[in-house]
Amino acid sequence: MAFTTPLIRRAFLMLALVAALAGCAAPRASVLPEEPPMHTAAEFSDDENLLEVNDPWEEFNLKMYRFNYNFDKYVFIPVVAAYEDIAPVFVQTGVSNFFSNVGEFRTFYNSLLQFKGKKSLMTLGRFLTNSTIGVGGLFDPATRMGMKRQSEDFGQTLGAWGLDPGPYFVVPVLGPNTLRSAGGFAADSGVRWLAVKRPFDNIENGQWILTGIEALEAVDARHRMPFRYYETGYPFEYYIVRYLYLKYSEFQLMK
Amino acid sequence: MKRLVLVALVCVLLMPAASPAFQGEYGYPTRDAYNATLLGTPSNLKLPPPHWVPERRLVLDIIPGLKRPDVFFYDEGLRCTFAYQRTKAPLVFVIAGTGASDRSLKALAILRDLYNAGYHVITIPSPTNPNFIISASRSHVPGDLAADAADIYEAMKAAWKEVKGDIEVSDFYLTGYSLGGTHAAFVAKHDEEHKVFNFRRVLLLNPAVNLYSSIKQIENMLERIPGGPRRIGAYLNRMVARLTDFYRTGNFEEINDEFLYSVFDEKLFNQDESGGLIAVSFRISLAGLIFASDIMTNGGYVVPKNRVLTGYDPLGDYFLVSFHLSFYDFFNEFFYPRFTGGRPGMTRGEVSDYLSIKTIEGYLKASPKISVITNENDFILTPAELAYLKSLFGPRVTVYPWGGHLGNLEHRDYMTLIINYFRQ
Repeated sequence: MAFTTPLIRRAFLMLALVAALAGCAAPRASVLPEEPPMHTAAEFSDDENLLEVNDPWEEFNLKMYRFNYNFDKYVFIPVVAAYEDIAPVFVQTGVSNFFSNVGEFRTFYNSLLQFKGKKSLMTLGRFLTNSTIGVGGLFDPATRMGMKRQSEDFGQTLGAWGLDPGPYFVVPVLGPNTLRSAGGFAADSGVRWLAVKRPFDNIENGQWILTGIEALEAVDARHRMPFRYYETGYPFEYYIVRYLYLKYSEFQLMK
Repeated sequence: MKRLVLVALVCVLLMPAASPAFQGEYGYPTRDAYNATLLGTPSNLKLPPPHWVPERRLVLDIIPGLKRPDVFFYDEGLRCTFAYQRTKAPLVFVIAGTGASDRSLKALAILRDLYNAGYHVITIPSPTNPNFIISASRSHVPGDLAADAADIYEAMKAAWKEVKGDIEVSDFYLTGYSLGGTHAAFVAKHDEEHKVFNFRRVLLLNPAVNLYSSIKQIENMLERIPGGPRRIGAYLNRMVARLTDFYRTGNFEEINDEFLYSVFDEKLFNQDESGGLIAVSFRISLAGLIFASDIMTNGGYVVPKNRVLTGYDPLGDYFLVSFHLSFYDFFNEFFYPRFTGGRPGMTRGEVSDYLSIKTIEGYLKASPKISVITNENDFILTPAELAYLKSLFGPRVTVYPWGGHLGNLEHRDYMTLIINYFRQ
């Protein structure tokens, strides 16, 4: 759910919309007095807490989770569906390969920052192979040659340096994060902005082209992510997703 | 006890007469029942997947005027997945297993392989799935198999109405896996009376004979974990910690099939622990069922009666309590009083006996169009129940020697059997 794309600027612009969407809580219509239920959580306090995580911002996060559900439903998924309808499969694959190849840059400097020599060499090898033989990254011959795609970002770098993940944090549009991974994402986006902005400055309408490319990258990232909110209708999805996300990032940090 | 011995004796006597043992080659690799159930089928032993499945999600309005509380804001109707052929073809309905949605991995695997074999397919959520409980169950309390079947039938009619303008259908078929298999038997019977589909063939995949008894087998697995079922949270945390350690110290690059298989090759979990994991996943499903049913009936079971929850309310405590409640708690405290509301005087034993295909065995025995596939070591069946299936269906049951509970479902042998059965 953590999209590897500099959407963060747009995400902040959307905060106004978020506030509007998230603020309209449904009224509590019940007029009848509440009665205590037959079973409460207190009965089971002798057991360890299940799926326990650090989520002091739960109230905010629940609102964002619902906002993201709505954003997906009304904006993101319809756009992705149109993209999948219009673009032939080989174009979709090419687009995915291209943006993966651009992303090697991020993995490369973050591997270096974590002193992971093998990973950074592998990534450099992939980038050189795919940029040349792979026609500017449209194809991925590197994987077939045994160079597996690695993935590192600044959130993981911060983790490798010993920084705590901080609270669970559902970011608008991007979805599940920790404070650390959200900060890392902002840093990686900043680095990329600095690297990419200047060449586009010299082109006529460069910033518009850049925005278009970024939008395509966002669509591609969502296209690659099979997750759909509440697809199974499970009422406690927020808690399951939260736990799995945090476990997954813990696992990621080990390698 | 005496009765049990008698039943066992009868079964043993009947068995050779109707010996349906599986003949020939069978390449499913995992012999242990629990491991098979947890691991499923390796990709290279599945049927080759189609490049693309034309499908759409149906959102069906089954109960007119239904009011859904805001806490279920994402539920806008019963959701079914529909895969379609461009040409005239038979349509297969697939009923999902306990707690599963129309897009559970197993339902989608059946959809994918049947589509590839030339069928239209519609997957229906299990009546025990929260989406079904909220949007398609008229009582909002699942478990009464005949009532569930009537609800499923309404859902199928609504789904058919939605798609019949778009496709050409030659025949209707019906299947279901696990509890969905049990439901399929009841739906088939319901169809004999209402005749909307006139199913040509019906196939039950690893069905439960008796819902209560099958769940008892699963709940029993929690009795064998250290600390017992009340310490299920501590148990799960411990298993996850062990898994984490294994990943950290092992030579793995990412979480993939390779990692998963080595977890089992290295016997990271012993028998009781593997069984515990299966039971935990059942309890996670059950928690969703309990919560949805309680809210929709204002039952005052885990949520205070008359409380109106919204989509912004934290639900962690409700998850915690629902997860810790056993099936017995739910059955005795929630299901039984509601069930006997309409049938006073039935004891708990009588009600649990009622949740069985035995109530329609006359129909099942006399209907050559209904068949069964299951496994010798499927732990949701007691030995007596497996023998009962063999005697009831005779040559119409195929029993694989191993595969656990649906671990072999996606194996090409099993899937090919399903496909060929509908082709006959």
